[in-house]
Amino acid sequence: MLGKTASGIFWMFRYLERAENIARLIETGHRFTLTRNRGRQDEWRSILSALGMDAAYRANHDEYNAAQVVDYLLRDKTNPGNLRNLIDSARQNARTTRTAITRELWEAVNECWICVNDALKRQVREAELPATIDLIERQTSQVRGALENTMLRNDGYNFSRVGNFIERADSMARLLDVKYYVLLPSVSFVGSSLDNIQWETILRSTSAYSAYRWLYPGRASALGIADFLILDRRFPRSLAFCYGKLTDNLRHLAMSYGVQSDSLTEAERIYAGFASMTAASILEDGLHEFLVDFLAQNRRLAAMVEQEYRFNS
Amino acid sequence: MATRPPCFDEMLNEDGTPRAAYAAYHKWFSEQDSTHLKQKARDAEEFFRRTGITFAVYGDDEAEERLIPFDIIPRIVTARQWTKLSRGIEQRVRAINAFLQDIYHRQEIVRAGRLPVDLLVKNDAFVAQMIGFTPPGGVYTHIVGIDLVRTGPDEFLVLEDNARTPSGVSYMLENRETMMNMFPELFSTIRVRNVSDYPKNLRASLSRVAPPACTGDPVVAVLTPGIHNSAYFEHAFLADQMGAELVEGHDIRIVNGRVAMRTTRGYQPIDVLYRRLDDDYLDPLIFKPESVLGIPGIFDLYRAGKITIANAPGTGIADDKAIYSYMPDIVEFYTGEKPILKNVDTWRCSEPDSLAYVLDHLSELVVKEVHGSGGYGMLIGPAASKKELAAFTAKLKAKPANYIAQPTLALSTIPIFANSGLAPRHVDLRPFVLVSPDKIDITPGGLTRVALRKGSLVVNSSQGGGTKDSWVIEDD
Repeated sequence: MLGKTASGIFWMFRYLERAENIARLIETGHRFTLTRNRGRQDEWRSILSALGMDAAYRANHDEYNAAQVVDYLLRDKTNPGNLRNLIDSARQNARTTRTAITRELWEAVNECWICVNDALKRQVREAELPATIDLIERQTSQVRGALENTMLRNDGYNFSRVGNFIERADSMARLLDVKYYVLLPSVSFVGSSLDNIQWETILRSTSAYSAYRWLYPGRASALGIADFLILDRRFPRSLAFCYGKLTDNLRHLAMSYGVQSDSLTEAERIYAGFASMTAASILEDGLHEFLVDFLAQNRRLAAMVEQEYRFNS
Repeated sequence: MATRPPCFDEMLNEDGTPRAAYAAYHKWFSEQDSTHLKQKARDAEEFFRRTGITFAVYGDDEAEERLIPFDIIPRIVTARQWTKLSRGIEQRVRAINAFLQDIYHRQEIVRAGRLPVDLLVKNDAFVAQMIGFTPPGGVYTHIVGIDLVRTGPDEFLVLEDNARTPSGVSYMLENRETMMNMFPELFSTIRVRNVSDYPKNLRASLSRVAPPACTGDPVVAVLTPGIHNSAYFEHAFLADQMGAELVEGHDIRIVNGRVAMRTTRGYQPIDVLYRRLDDDYLDPLIFKPESVLGIPGIFDLYRAGKITIANAPGTGIADDKAIYSYMPDIVEFYTGEKPILKNVDTWRCSEPDSLAYVLDHLSELVVKEVHGSGGYGMLIGPAASKKELAAFTAKLKAKPANYIAQPTLALSTIPIFANSGLAPRHVDLRPFVLVSPDKIDITPGGLTRVALRKGSLVVNSSQGGGTKDSWVIEDD
């Protein structure tokens, strides 16, 4: 496979994962404006921060009102990373990697692009927002379905998965970092109960709300949440889960190419690190420090993959 | 336009009854409910949109990607007609390859006084670097498209040869897929010859011209100018269907004396490059130095037998419109036979008598630029305004050798499915031909292009033309 093609598939699934992430954050933010009286502005602001878009947003906007932030995230031209552009880029990548993806996958991406573009032609009115988010989530799910059901488990598939989980780990770590103060030991240790709104936000925006309640009925503790989102290998967005998948897919690549792979060694090292951690040790050593460190490692791994498989040169 | 002779309609006789080729189709059609067919026509468009079969229009930044309009009424040719057509096409394609071999070697045709030498050496499409070199297997034009027009029951004429990088074959294939999807019942009652083997045959055909440096199974790649090229969809489609990589200039480097592409495992040599890039951009060391689309140094490796380029550089001379008028002579010279397919009568404006005639009859003629393509820069006399005629007269006088003229043909029509029902529109046909050292393979059918505007003779997609599925049906 061409290096360019591997890069195209890798990024296609990073873009899609990022778009899904934005959709989920909008959904959460919007829910809060409907169910809570306080903290609305703050909530939108922390969503922008989790996406690394807060500073850019403030450059063009004075306040954090829901309609503006939603439009900014979905389609505002001053935001190059808006959801519409992400879907556009994913589809562009699919066009340039047609030889390496199945017809079903191409058609799913193309249809996703057509539908999302139609839905985002004009600013989305609040009345249409739930249906629009729903449409986006369904369309991207169809892309995943097409990937899973039709792609050969070859290098192309593995590159798509590597891109997907690097992006997912990145966005989870960033979301946690924006909210890390909620889980600070100082807060819980002094006995004040966790702010309901805050932990609910984190869980909802990672699609973990319901699962967490089943696993830990009636208990929302900093330790429990940190353990679930970082270390629980059953939860498909946890950092440990992402790295489990990354080691699997990088191992498949290295085996099928018959090469000694530095990126695999690095992913295995990071993954093994999770086994020796507990939520308590992470919180004790400093959640923020842990996350900053993790984000840097994750970025480094992505760069290693790009270089090892000749994405650009 | 009222003076134009009546046109031959391929579906209907003058009395409105269907011709033999269309008998079965027409019966089926007359049993269909028109609301249902309208829905099918919309479904077909949706099918194209969903599968992303698009086409980029130059100079139109608002709509970068467009669909080529597709008409649901097929073009139907009988097996008997096809046999004759394909013999004519094969003869012509053999002659073109012999002609190319000759003009880049001994130029016997010039020595024999059958072709003015100026038409070769003063022609931009003549690539001097090809002189004395024979491409692997002796094949120059691996892929050819012959544009045919029809003027009567048995009159098919060649309007144009496409010997460089003919496009449109993906539409031939996807039009058929769409029709089978929309109207499966038609294909179970009418025996239509299959076209879907084209990509497989293309791959096999390209593999048979591997260069001397190739040691194992030939590695084939498709070279595209990139995603902004109007035919990008087709490039990606063909690469995908052939199981070949789709490369751009920047994916390629010369490594150990071979043209190689950057893969995830390192640089891998390419044996056969199906390039969808004009000669001018292929090798900046030889042609346009500013080209960033091509591969510096590829030409030397080509001549050294390290890679095969398809089509060979310099084949454009064979579809040059000035050469076109000599095609009947060319066919006869190299095959020793009378041409089976006729040319359209052509006046070479470079010749004073012809120029005088053309200027006198401009309002009746079609004038084309010798090096133009895609329907750009041509004049259709009967449809032109006084102002346009005057402007063209000036152009002709200034640079007569730049133009040829042809009579305005009474092109055949086939109905399209319009809102008001069946409406006759002018069509052409581009069959696709694959040439390998040991055989010439013509896909039964081809691409039918249709001028969607009433009365229009311009079928090019860049000028608002559409397409139809093209059937060759078995005789019963």
